[in-house]
Amino acid sequence: MEPFQNLTGILAPLDRANVDTDAIIPKQFLKSIQRTGFGPYLFDEWRYLDHGEPGMDCSHRPRNPEFVLNDPRYEHASILLTRENFGCGSSREHAPWALYDFGIRVILAPSFADIFFNNCFKNGLLPIQLPPELIDRLFVKATQPEPLQISVDLPAQTLTLSDGEVIPFAIDPAHKHRLIHGLDDIALTLQFAEQIRAYEERRRLEAPWLFS
Amino acid sequence: MAPKTLYDKLWESHVVRVDETGMALLYIDRQLIHEVTSPQAFEGLRLAGRKPWRPSANLAVPDHNVPTRDRTAGISDPISRLQVETLAANCRAFGITELGMDDPRQGIVHVIGPEQGFTLPGTTIVCGDSHTSTHGAFGALAFGIGTSEVEHVLATQTLPQRRSKTMLVEISGTLGPQVTAKDLALDLIGQIGTAGGTGYVIEFAGEAVRALSMEGRMTLCNMAIEAGARAGIIGVDDKTIEYLRGRPMAPQGELFDRAAQYWRTLVSDPDAQFDRVVRIDATAVAPQVTWGTSPEMVVPVTARVPDPKDESDPVKARGMARALDYMGLTPGMPIVEIQIDKVFIGSCTNARLEDLRAAAAIVRGKRIADSIKQALVVPGSGLVRAQAEAEGLDRIFIEAGFEWREPGCSMCLAMNADRLAPGERCASTSNRNFEGRQGSGGRTHLTSPPMAAAAAIAGHFVDVRAL
Repeated sequence: MEPFQNLTGILAPLDRANVDTDAIIPKQFLKSIQRTGFGPYLFDEWRYLDHGEPGMDCSHRPRNPEFVLNDPRYEHASILLTRENFGCGSSREHAPWALYDFGIRVILAPSFADIFFNNCFKNGLLPIQLPPELIDRLFVKATQPEPLQISVDLPAQTLTLSDGEVIPFAIDPAHKHRLIHGLDDIALTLQFAEQIRAYEERRRLEAPWLFS
Repeated sequence: MAPKTLYDKLWESHVVRVDETGMALLYIDRQLIHEVTSPQAFEGLRLAGRKPWRPSANLAVPDHNVPTRDRTAGISDPISRLQVETLAANCRAFGITELGMDDPRQGIVHVIGPEQGFTLPGTTIVCGDSHTSTHGAFGALAFGIGTSEVEHVLATQTLPQRRSKTMLVEISGTLGPQVTAKDLALDLIGQIGTAGGTGYVIEFAGEAVRALSMEGRMTLCNMAIEAGARAGIIGVDDKTIEYLRGRPMAPQGELFDRAAQYWRTLVSDPDAQFDRVVRIDATAVAPQVTWGTSPEMVVPVTARVPDPKDESDPVKARGMARALDYMGLTPGMPIVEIQIDKVFIGSCTNARLEDLRAAAAIVRGKRIADSIKQALVVPGSGLVRAQAEAEGLDRIFIEAGFEWREPGCSMCLAMNADRLAPGERCASTSNRNFEGRQGSGGRTHLTSPPMAAAAAIAGHFVDVRAL
């Protein structure tokens, strides 16, 4: 996984609550056995006016001019601003893969669904939970004629807006550590292989029916 | 000793270690695997030169992509076929048991786990699928994970996890006739919202939960994820133990009795403290129907489509207006006047034998309305299908105009050929009414099996209690 430390980018406002992972990446694209290549199909049903299928060349597909990522101001956004319960529904990790592949690195929302939230950290994406009033204010700033730029400093846990405002944010220390160093979770866990084996031996005695 | 919740007991018995930040390494007893969320996990293992820690802790089955019509011709969509073949190849290469497409036991992963006795009380169970919460009905801590975590469990038999908060949903009273566990789940989601359970593990308890069959309890826990909770759990009782007795992958004989003795301890202690308590009176719950594009957009069948003007929160009001536009509904319209194009009886929520029996009881001797373009019954597994046929349920459905299919996820998420066309409206026993979920532009109304069956006969929603 790519380490994440600092990033400066445009904020794209996606003004919807309960954005589900079916909307982030529709089911037909889940047939892929790869981890990459989902970016062109991100938000497929909202972004395009036709029906998308895997393998389609998206460069000539008709785009929905109403959709935020088709607005020239936000085409190259790397930070997504959205509403509560982002990423709800299916556990598909294809959702963070698609966001990452498109170029999104940070998501700001009042709340996230649990599985999606966890999946983000496995893929170099930083989801940041902010108070609803602050999210409201960011929506106002992000929808001005000139897009809002934000500098994200993960080590310092701050967001610096292009108008000078500095916003601190909270993050689980374990998540922060893994993102900053781009650590492989499995390698970290395997450092404790002896403890896992010891646990397993105890469990084998206590619940032998699980090992037969 | 302080009284413990069931979740406390499950959690504490699986902690391998806790790091300095409080992150625990949790041992995972069981992993279920399907074709959609596993190929990249196996590829990850291969790239890193790793092997599964304990292959026998895993059980795989293809369900999302499989055709539900005649299977002798295989899968016609080459991309779906490759994904199903990839699962079989990975299971062979890594020594994992797979119930393949032609196995009589094949079915939806959350139906076959309990059916085979792979799902056992007191275990931690994961799957790269959000509806893994289903297995919590057996007093197991079961939750959905992403593909990176599937790989992590394959490689280490553990997951780094933080302890969740606990919510007790205490359901008193008695469900009325034709009111089901599905209605309880939708009623709860309507009350607390789709984010109401975020960060919590929900324990369902109370008189009405005890009265539910294991099938009903699975339906309830299955929908816990739609309330935002990763896991739903229910304490073990006689029903749990009797359901598991004799299941092929459950312990047998003396070992079963020994296990059962332990399983009986898997209930919350009296006076155990929960972070949040929600009380529901089952007696007051009516059959539910969703009207929007989120499971929380739900009302009783006796109600009308709500008006965004009555919503004070502007974000919510905009969401309601957008949902009504997508669904092609007008505020104030009675739910019973909503005309249906298709009916889907199936999914990991409602495709078990009890669900099929309940639907068949409604359609027996009747015909689906002329306006219904398609009515599907997709059993949850090959064994459910066989038992239903032994009881003659297939004949009842076919004579009423339903199609009787092979088991799989089917039109719950429309990854195979079963789907809605744009604008088509479906009464569905599945779990998600998201935009495009059952097919691009399709309109989904979630409801119970008897309600979906009644809608098929009438061509529109009806209060099944009045039939």
